Amino acid sequence: MFRKALIAATALVAVPALADTPELLLRGYAEQARTTSASYAGPSPAAGRRLFHQQPRDWSCATCHTDQPTATGRHAITGKAIGPLAPSANPERFRNPAKVEKWFKRNCSDTLGRPCTSAEKADLIAFLLDPKNGA
Amino acid sequence: MHTRSGIRRIDWIVWSLAAVFLAHAAVAAVPPAQAAEPAAYAEECGACHMAYPASLLRPAAWAVVLATLDRHFGVDASLDATARAAVARQLGVDPAVASAATATAAPRITQQGWFREEHDEVSAQLFRSPAVRSAANCNACHAGADRGQFDEHSVRIPR
Ligand code: HEC
Ligand code: HEC
Ligand code: HEC
Repeated sequence: MFRKALIAATALVAVPALADTPELLLRGYAEQARTTSASYAGPSPAAGRRLFHQQPRDWSCATCHTDQPTATGRHAITGKAIGPLAPSANPERFRNPAKVEKWFKRNCSDTLGRPCTSAEKADLIAFLLDPKNGA
Repeated sequence: MHTRSGIRRIDWIVWSLAAVFLAHAAVAAVPPAQAAEPAAYAEECGACHMAYPASLLRPAAWAVVLATLDRHFGVDASLDATARAAVARQLGVDPAVASAATATAAPRITQQGWFREEHDEVSAQLFRSPAVRSAANCNACHAGADRGQFDEHSVRIPR
């Protein structure tokens, strides 16, 4: 009995992790954006694509991740291979919220020199999920 | 007088024993800690380059690397406190030291004296060649680098 309860409890704890799909992460960022701005229009793959190619300093996102969401990238300094960002080509992407936040924090800072907003993160994921943009 | 120096000598013996014991414990503590959380180091420190074996820098140097991750050799490699502590333990560094160490720049393996000596016949040109890119890419020439194997028999110069 106690054991069953324990298993059930473990399963409950495990469920949110299993449910962390790219779509849910995207929705989470969009909801955050809506709470900061009532006029928020929702995620835009086109805006995500523009941001992905923006290069205010040394790099754009495409410098390391290529301009093809499904292509294997290469680190600008070390040359180490980086698996594709599009979940269609790399099912491990956008499954772990803490990992996604960690990389948005680092890469937005390295590329744009500032953190990305929730709206921008939603746009970027929408772009990386959009078949019309090669994802 | 006689008793005092006697006590001093005993003190001294106790302290040396303690120091030897602590030094031994510190060295011995590294492998089990590494085995316990192998994923943390490989995941956090192997994303942008090979995960450098802990033996390549002294603990004090690793502490500086870990305390300056937000400006790490030209990129932001920052970690939250939990992940940084896990990585510190794997490198044999006290997590408290790893968050408190201060220095303007992190130390490079490739600028240690032993590294320069072992590579005095490798030209700067080869290190910068397209197939190698940087002296820090150990695995470009040492096939066993991520397992800590650097012996001269397994060196293969790419061209
Ligand atoms: C200097 C190279 C570099 C640049 C520039 C860069 N990235 Fe990355 N990015 C990486 C590396 C390295 C990883 C981690 C390796 C891996 O996960 O395969 C990564 C991982 C990520 C992840 C993790 C996704 C997941 O769930 O695993 C996201 C999201 C991401 N990058 C987005 C971006 C965005 C958006 C930009 C532009 C603002 C950007 N990156 C710019 C190197 C870079
Ligand atoms: C976001 C990418 C990134 C992550 C994550 C990262 N590094 Fe680095 N690291 C770099 C870059 C870029 C260099 C410079 C490489 C070069 O000059 O060729 C570097 C260099 C180093 C060097 C010096 C190599 C030399 O030249 O001797 C050490 C040591 C090092 N990293 C340790 C770590 C440790 C420990 C971690 C994990 C806490 C880590 N790195 C995580 C990007 C990263
Ligand atoms: C451009 C190729 C190249 C790169 C990159 C490189 N090495 Fe080496 N390494 C060599 C050569 C060549 C030797 C000399 C082998 C010999 O003694 O014949 C050597 C020797 C060594 C030795 C001594 C081995 C022995 O048994 O004598 C060590 C240790 C070592 N390298 C570590 C490293 C580490 C750590 C890195 C990365 C931070 C690195 N190397 C990067 C080419 C390279």
